[in-house]
Amino acid sequence: MSSIGSGYDLSASQFSPDGRVFQVEYANKAVEASGTVVALRCKDGIAFAVEKIITSRLYESGSNKRIHNVDKHIGMAVAGLLADARQLLTVARDEAKQYKYDYGVSIPVKYLADRLAMYMHAYTLYGFVRPFGCFILLAAYESDGPQLYGVEPSGVTYAYHGIAVGKAQQTAKTEIEKLKLSELKLEDGINEAAKIIYQVHDEVKDRMFELELSWVGQVNDGKHERVPTQIFAKAESFAKASLEEADDDDDEM
Amino acid sequence: MDVLNPMTYDAEEDQLRDRTKYSQMDKHIIPVEFQQQPVSTGTTIVAVEYDGGVIIGADTRTSAGTFVMNRFTDKLTPLTDQIFCLRSGSAADTQAIAQVVTYQLDFLSAEMNEPPLVRIAANCVRRMIYQYRDDFLAGMIVAGWDKKLGGQVYSCPLGGLLVRQPVTLGGSGSTYIWGYLDNNYRPNMTKDECYDFVLKGITLAITRDGSSGGCARIAIINKDGVERIDVLGNDLPKVFDL
Repeated sequence: MSSIGSGYDLSASQFSPDGRVFQVEYANKAVEASGTVVALRCKDGIAFAVEKIITSRLYESGSNKRIHNVDKHIGMAVAGLLADARQLLTVARDEAKQYKYDYGVSIPVKYLADRLAMYMHAYTLYGFVRPFGCFILLAAYESDGPQLYGVEPSGVTYAYHGIAVGKAQQTAKTEIEKLKLSELKLEDGINEAAKIIYQVHDEVKDRMFELELSWVGQVNDGKHERVPTQIFAKAESFAKASLEEADDDDDEM
Repeated sequence: MDVLNPMTYDAEEDQLRDRTKYSQMDKHIIPVEFQQQPVSTGTTIVAVEYDGGVIIGADTRTSAGTFVMNRFTDKLTPLTDQIFCLRSGSAADTQAIAQVVTYQLDFLSAEMNEPPLVRIAANCVRRMIYQYRDDFLAGMIVAGWDKKLGGQVYSCPLGGLLVRQPVTLGGSGSTYIWGYLDNNYRPNMTKDECYDFVLKGITLAITRDGSSGGCARIAIINKDGVERIDVLGNDLPKVFDL
């Protein structure tokens, strides 16, 4: 799967003979090595679920969160190098603040995604910087419905119905495609997202993980926030229950 | 201008200064007494929201002191295809603001790939007025239609305030018709009732305010676009004239 750059991969300011920028592709590798993020655009909102892998029992739980707020109405979930993501979060917050100062209304998420993409793309043009090693997901519930955008390290941005990024993105994508997202309500979407995270989590390679869940939609009036404790507990038990079901099915076979 | 050597004579800048000097430009057109008076849109401006859009109207007089410089001015200035601003105060200041905001909105709509919201236009106008509040004399109303909130009217008066109102008046002539508004405005009027309200209001103000006069220019803005109506002097509704 990995191809050798052989000399054309030393800086982002160089193309390879077959027209690739290897540094950007290597940045994508950094994204693929991180814990999985699942985002679902349901009928009336968007659900984020993040598999936050814990490497040591000594860490305080809840440190190094991977879901953040950009403005009250926009949520950001990150996959990849967390330190890079921290800078992008600051940039996004600055953009949102400046837009509100200039125009008096909250920044539309599509516009923010474009600005962030332009910023990330700038770092893929020069030899003295490296591209950002993270994939940013932006979610908001605006007047024309829920919107989910993803920005890649190359600076490309797409709008999504559902997306999975990180270690288990292929498996998670297959699971997402089984869902009928346009008919799914947000409360069920949260449960489904949690279930997918539990399903794709690799018990062997990464022992401990923390689940992070957040939502934005009609239910909380477009204000992005972490899900309330009861909803979180319900989603976790739903996820664990479906895991056991799957185990039972395996046993039967 | 030569930045390195600022004392050098710059022919271009000198000519520019000459061209824009007020009295030199107009000494052959305007009588001497009026050349030192600032040009103001004395004005009456009215804007009202109705279900589906807004109706805006203004008189057509621009005065320099007692001299009527333009008797058929257009004070209804488009900022975008479906957002207009009504200008009162100094003609130069309001024109400058309208130009700058038009540019800003043009740029923004290219970036966002959709027409800007009326609130954003009103904010840009208000920001300029507030930033230069000690220098400008501009009282503006921003009104238009966007697909998020429909017809909206925002008042941006002298100091740099921004407030959305269902109906608002502006300019020197407005003082004479606040009573008319209080007595005759009702919420949820139909489009024709609003039109009559705006036209009658402007006519009454023209009758009483020396700085307002001429004809009435009215525009109806809704999702289908802008309809402009010019009601000439003799077609204005009849008002009891002592």
